[in-house]
Amino acid sequence: MLRFVLRRLLQAIPTLLGVLTLTWFLFFGTASAESIARRNLSSKDPTPAQVQGWIKEHGYDQPPVVQLRKATVDMLMFKFGKSDATKEDIWERIRQGAGPSIMVSSTIFIGTVLGAVLVAVLAAAFRGTYIDKTTTILCVIMMSVVYTVYVIGGQYFLSKQLRYGPIWGFDPASGLFKYILVPSAIGFAAGIATEIRLYRTFLLDEISQDYVRTARAKGVSETRILAQHVLKNALIPIITNTVAVIPGLILGGLLLENFFGIPGLGSYLFEALGSNDFSVVRAMVFLGTLLYIFGLIMTDIAYAIVDPRVRID
Amino acid sequence: MNPNLLHQLYNLSPVALVGIAIFIFLRARQTPLWGEAFRRLARNPSARTAMAVIGIYATIGLADSVGWYDAATQERRTVIDAIFERKPERTYSAPLAEMTTGEAKPQKIREKHILGTDSIGADVFYRTLKGVRTAFQIGGMTVLIVTPLALLLGLTAGYYGKWRDDVITYIYTVLSSVPGILLQIAMVLVLGKGIIQICLALGITRWVGLCRMVRGETIKHREREYVRSAKALGVTDMVILVRHILPNLLPVVIISTTLGFSNLVLSEAILSYLGVGVPDNVGSWGNMIDAARDELARDPVIWWNLTAATGAITGLALSLNLFGDALRDAVDPRLRS
Repeated sequence: MLRFVLRRLLQAIPTLLGVLTLTWFLFFGTASAESIARRNLSSKDPTPAQVQGWIKEHGYDQPPVVQLRKATVDMLMFKFGKSDATKEDIWERIRQGAGPSIMVSSTIFIGTVLGAVLVAVLAAAFRGTYIDKTTTILCVIMMSVVYTVYVIGGQYFLSKQLRYGPIWGFDPASGLFKYILVPSAIGFAAGIATEIRLYRTFLLDEISQDYVRTARAKGVSETRILAQHVLKNALIPIITNTVAVIPGLILGGLLLENFFGIPGLGSYLFEALGSNDFSVVRAMVFLGTLLYIFGLIMTDIAYAIVDPRVRID
Repeated sequence: MNPNLLHQLYNLSPVALVGIAIFIFLRARQTPLWGEAFRRLARNPSARTAMAVIGIYATIGLADSVGWYDAATQERRTVIDAIFERKPERTYSAPLAEMTTGEAKPQKIREKHILGTDSIGADVFYRTLKGVRTAFQIGGMTVLIVTPLALLLGLTAGYYGKWRDDVITYIYTVLSSVPGILLQIAMVLVLGKGIIQICLALGITRWVGLCRMVRGETIKHREREYVRSAKALGVTDMVILVRHILPNLLPVVIISTTLGFSNLVLSEAILSYLGVGVPDNVGSWGNMIDAARDELARDPVIWWNLTAATGAITGLALSLNLFGDALRDAVDPRLRS
């Protein structure tokens, strides 16, 4: 098992290096040193001497290979530097923002996966009936609504009209639950339809297998077949697909946190976007990637544990 | 060059698009696979409705592409502009209202607006119609980037294997490790605002899924008898790929493209909200939804702008999704979910 985990971790290194090179080229490789300096210098109209001084000070006069190496090593050591716009330490902001972000997104994640499994099992149990058809149609409709409409409409109805939670702000001291409830409900509604459709397909794939027919022939009740045999086997593709929820969570964080005034990583990135703060955006892209790769590795490990057919070595 | 002539020439593009679409449809109908698929689609009521709705949207988009040079404003005026543009009012007004809303002293408005007016007094119905062309442009251009790229790389990786496969797999592993929305934001920030830039950003992040699928399918087909016998007969790799393997992949590619198209339409709205959307001078549902952030907080609530844009975007995305699902069922009943 340890060898398997180590090998997966080693495999992630070239990918991570590739991502770092890509983002470096995107943000710094394509821009001239002078334009980077102008972007970073605080005064509106810097003198040529200031620009040259900045370039020298930050090492942008060195050959690109040296710059790329330095940028890559810095990122890998989590040395994100200071924000271009506010001069704050990026790592400090990330540490502060991680808590609220994790609280909201883990609630959405758990809620979505559990809710989707539940609905998908129901739809599969009543496959072909009106319950199943209604679920399918509702899912297609829900998938066709933009995330931003969920956010704007959800805040209006849930927070403003029904007053289930505050419209804006975050203060865990005065009760965490009420601040998380509405954003989580919106993230849940926006993300669940895709998952239900996917899980339903997995369940139906299992239901048409031979072992289900055998169990039926032996007189096992339909409930038991679903709960004990089908669901257990369908959990394997479901687990491998939970990692696909992560990009949705990142998008959710970006949209929800900003809109509900939750001081998380999403809000931070949103602010950085508004002020063209490239160093913050780059650090966040790196973190997001790291999270996703970590999720993929965890999935592989979970997969190896759940499915005895997967050989670890 | 006479500006009017230039605009007349520009009108050829929608005509050409319609021509190509009809040509492809007629050619496809003669092949057994697609002919049968179209017959099944025509029997499916939800597919028929979806196609009709997509057809209406496409007609609006095309009407917004046919235009002429207007000497008075020195700008291009399209058919949609000529029919639906209204003189601006002072500010917000509710659908079919006679007075403006949101002013200390409501003023009488010039004419009735079926969906009201927005903050600068522009007709909401007209703005909604203007969003159609942008949605099709973003979806269409991105598909034009994604599909050839995914096919080229997927077929190469799957068919030749070895180092080509390694390189291509590495490239898309790296790209797909960056969460899509973050890469799109980063690319638009670097490339700048504009429809083409957004299409590039969406295209670069969206080809991976299709490429992965094409590669997998190609690997399956590579070992099939028909490919081996073609090889034994001395058919070149190029011909095997284009004439023999590619037609077998088309159903999968077309279905995923249709379903991807609806996703692209939705992406435009999300990018607008994040401040990396299309420029303000282009009609856009995303920008309308974005404006609703403040409008719902006003009193009285300005709901018509958000409702119109949401209705338009959901209608298009829903029809595309339904059509994609129906197409999948029609092309390959085994894929039926």
